[in-house]
Amino acid sequence: MSILRVENLTKTYPSAGQPLTVLHEVSFDLAAGDTFAIVGPSGSGKTTLLGLCAGLDRATSGSVWVNGIQLDKLSEDERAAVRNQHVGFIFQNFQLLPTLTALENVLVPLELRGQRGATQTALELLDRVGLAARANHYPAQLSGGEQQRVSLARAFANRPAVLFADEPTGNLDPDTSERVVNLLFELNREAGTTLVLVTHDLELAAKTQRTLRLRGGRVVEEILASAK
Amino acid sequence: MHNTSWLFRMAWRDSRRSRARLLLFMASIILGIAALVGINSFGDNLARSVAEQARELLGADLVLTANHPFDTALEPTLSKLGAARQQEMAFASLVQFRPGRGVRLAQIRARESGFYYGEWQVQPQAAAAQFGRPGTPASALVDDALLAQFGVKIGDSVQVGRVVLPIVGRVLKTPGQSGVSSAVAPAVFIPLAQVPATGLVQPGSRVQYRRAYRFAPGANVAAVVKPLQTRLDKAEIDSETVASRQQSMGRIFADLTRYLGLVAFVALLLGCVGVASAVNLYVREKLAAVAVLRCLGASGKQALLIYLIQTAGLGLVGAIIGAALGAAVQTLLPGVLGDFLPVSISVSVSWTAIATGLLTGLLMAVLFALLPLLSIRRVSPLRVLRVAFEDDTAAPDPVRSLVVAVIALFVLAFAYGQTRDWKLTLGFGAGLLAAFGALAGVGRLLIASVRRFFPAGWGYVWRQGLANLYRPQNQTLTLVTSIGLGTFLLATLFLTQALLLSRVQLADRGRQPNLVLFDIQPEQRPGVEALLKAQNLPLMQRVPIVTMRLSAINGTSVSEIKKDTARGIPAWALTREYRVTYRDTLSRAEKLSAGTAPRLGPDGIPRISVEDGYLGRVKLKLGDTLDFNVQGAPLRTIVGGTRSVELGQVQPSFLVLFPKSVLEQAPQFWVEVTRTPTPAALAGVQQALLRQFPNVSAIDLGLILATLDDIISKVSFVIRFMAGFSILTGLLVLSSSVVISRYQRVRESVLLRTLGASRRQILRITLVEYGLLGLLAALAGIGLAVLAAWALAVFVFEASFGPAVLPLLGLAALVTALTAGIGLLNSRDVLRRSPLEVLRAEG
Repeated sequence: MSILRVENLTKTYPSAGQPLTVLHEVSFDLAAGDTFAIVGPSGSGKTTLLGLCAGLDRATSGSVWVNGIQLDKLSEDERAAVRNQHVGFIFQNFQLLPTLTALENVLVPLELRGQRGATQTALELLDRVGLAARANHYPAQLSGGEQQRVSLARAFANRPAVLFADEPTGNLDPDTSERVVNLLFELNREAGTTLVLVTHDLELAAKTQRTLRLRGGRVVEEILASAK
Repeated sequence: MHNTSWLFRMAWRDSRRSRARLLLFMASIILGIAALVGINSFGDNLARSVAEQARELLGADLVLTANHPFDTALEPTLSKLGAARQQEMAFASLVQFRPGRGVRLAQIRARESGFYYGEWQVQPQAAAAQFGRPGTPASALVDDALLAQFGVKIGDSVQVGRVVLPIVGRVLKTPGQSGVSSAVAPAVFIPLAQVPATGLVQPGSRVQYRRAYRFAPGANVAAVVKPLQTRLDKAEIDSETVASRQQSMGRIFADLTRYLGLVAFVALLLGCVGVASAVNLYVREKLAAVAVLRCLGASGKQALLIYLIQTAGLGLVGAIIGAALGAAVQTLLPGVLGDFLPVSISVSVSWTAIATGLLTGLLMAVLFALLPLLSIRRVSPLRVLRVAFEDDTAAPDPVRSLVVAVIALFVLAFAYGQTRDWKLTLGFGAGLLAAFGALAGVGRLLIASVRRFFPAGWGYVWRQGLANLYRPQNQTLTLVTSIGLGTFLLATLFLTQALLLSRVQLADRGRQPNLVLFDIQPEQRPGVEALLKAQNLPLMQRVPIVTMRLSAINGTSVSEIKKDTARGIPAWALTREYRVTYRDTLSRAEKLSAGTAPRLGPDGIPRISVEDGYLGRVKLKLGDTLDFNVQGAPLRTIVGGTRSVELGQVQPSFLVLFPKSVLEQAPQFWVEVTRTPTPAALAGVQQALLRQFPNVSAIDLGLILATLDDIISKVSFVIRFMAGFSILTGLLVLSSSVVISRYQRVRESVLLRTLGASRRQILRITLVEYGLLGLLAALAGIGLAVLAAWALAVFVFEASFGPAVLPLLGLAALVTALTAGIGLLNSRDVLRRSPLEVLRAEG
């Protein structure tokens, strides 16, 4: 069954002179457990595509289905509910809430959906990423790698159907990056989640089954793992 | 419901690291709520004290008052009322003290004995107990103020008319009299039996006759008075019972506290503007966190509620602190207002006032905080991917308009609750809108003009300081509004006070008269004029005065008009004693508006001239007939002309002017006006008058001026006390916005320091920014105040207006210095710490 389906996705911004199209008719389809990378130089439309796939923004034309739900028909609050039920996120700058402890950060998606035993689940996830001992630390008291591991725990907390990762290692040193990436793929395998990765890092992209290369908002190449 | 509890949990968790700062946001409403609770508690205590002490205020169970001796036909009834009764006559007269020969106009209160109820505080107290008792020698009790003025002691004596009485007691407090009223008309108490011997009461003299009654405990006084009411009305006798006194005083003081409550409300509003601006900054800081929450699936409403719960919680804490402070403030108020109150206030906690203050404060704080908080709903989750993402704020937000409407409605409802008068309520609303609007306009203008005319050639410190006025996260609008409003209140107060004083000081200037002689009997006139001539004093004016009452307008009797309230003719016009004069010409201070000067018509009916304002209020027109009762004799007149009277001239002015050849034979007295060049000349003429014409009163305008000055300064102290709350709130808003913007600017300061800026340079940048803000806010506030005072001068007081520039400049300098000082004080903290420490704390 298709978990993420993208059809003829186009995004145009109104600009001073003429409309600026940053994404031209992009289409792809991902099944459960697929791993997928979107690569391309700065300004190629990677992040725009990720935002549209995750329902953070609306496309000018074309459609996105997440777990069978067509996003472009939904209001912002309805899309938020879809994100809470089906989507997980990892960001380059971690995006932990600075006023909450590590544990509380992981708790947010669980508590938002009113899940019972949320604290237990969150503690198990923190344990899984090796941070059980730092559950009560604030983000400012954690290193970059630790913060990204907390955000991994948060991303998997609601057992998402699809996980979006935006340059997950962009702010980390090579050693830490490797550990975080390994953990990301491990968790992904265990949970059977569909992974969509946006990155500059071709080495990281090579770890996925499929890679979509963008330039100037257009798909210039799609590489399958077998061809890598 | 899991969602609600999660919202509260999130609000609590998220506030943990910024609670102290958030509380500072709420600090701005604390003073406003304190002022509101303080004033309303005080009002409740005052009402209770008036209710408890109404009998003491009246000094009796029933008091009957008339401006003429009581009708003898009523005597059989009146002399049977109550369990005990006594008479009093009160009138103004010059008194002279011995030794020292000091002379002053005093209120003579001739009584049979002391008061039935209430504390008549006299030193020694035995003198009060013995006052008027049969068998004790005649003596006088004198107000402390008078004794102090002339350095007179107990044992000295006072001359009242033709009698000289030993002073046996110093009166410190009289039932029903406030500190101010005894300063205006200090009293000399003498036994009633002495009145004939003084020779002061003659036909036409202005004397108030009173009867005080004590009833058996539990007697229903109102039921006793009711069957008599028609006869008392007919005999022009006013009756006052404990209940009616309580009602009238209660009303007066309720009005007083209501208006002070409005001033307190302005302080609260000012605080709320501070809350809105602080929350606005807080929201900007929280945008990233909101975007993450939205990304993780929180709805816009949930995100909004998290922060609304936070601010409401802190608002509640602020309101509780404010209410507690207010409960403390009310204990100070009797000290501030004491001189105006005839009752002693017992202070107790008023839970109604506290609850009202808490609710009002909390509601206002939440509503004002909601304005910036609403933008949270529109934060796009895309912010997590792109920091510079602009939220969709272009479309108008109907909820925002709704909140603004609710705030406006609440303000109007509150003002109406305080004043119970729609016109005043709308005026208050319009005034607030105008003041806020004008100040916000000045703020916007400042931002726009600094941007437009940016002095690119100036030094770095100046450019940086000026740029801070319009850069993102600037506080220009809020600070100009809040500090400007505080300055406006203070400056208006100062200017109005100066205006009032300058009006009364006219009497002191140049060749204006300063001594008015009253109650000169026709046969005394040549003697008084000879006396003035002998003392080399000019006779500046000589005016005959005849007293009369209105009996009918256009043939309809006054009593019928009184019943018909739809006519809208004010009661005072129907019941007052008219003091009129007669002449065929208008004086220099009068100007003909319509018709003619007074003249005798060909039909023998006098054509009178009435004052413009009177014509309007009594709804008259030229040609209407007015029937007067001239001390028993009916007299028909026709309104033949109207005139305007220039105020600010020292001379008797009249509502009604008769022509000559009508009133010459009526009982009358004369008023003469003169000018004494020195205090010694004043004392000389007063002493001579007292010796030869003891019934003639001499009004020393200099003394009246001094008394007025005293009262005005007391009133302005009360208002200053209230305006102080606004000023303090303004400073708190300033302080909190400086502290909040400090967090916003800390990275920038650190960056500047890292790049090599010295502490001194950063301090100077702050000084330029806040100094300019303070200066502009002060000038805007003062400008508005000058405009308001000018409008008051021209439209209300009809006086010329020339504000004193120096004190206003001083005020501007003070406000500027305070603003810059607080700005510097708060920024110092950032500079003391190392850049790294600050950055870590920020993370």
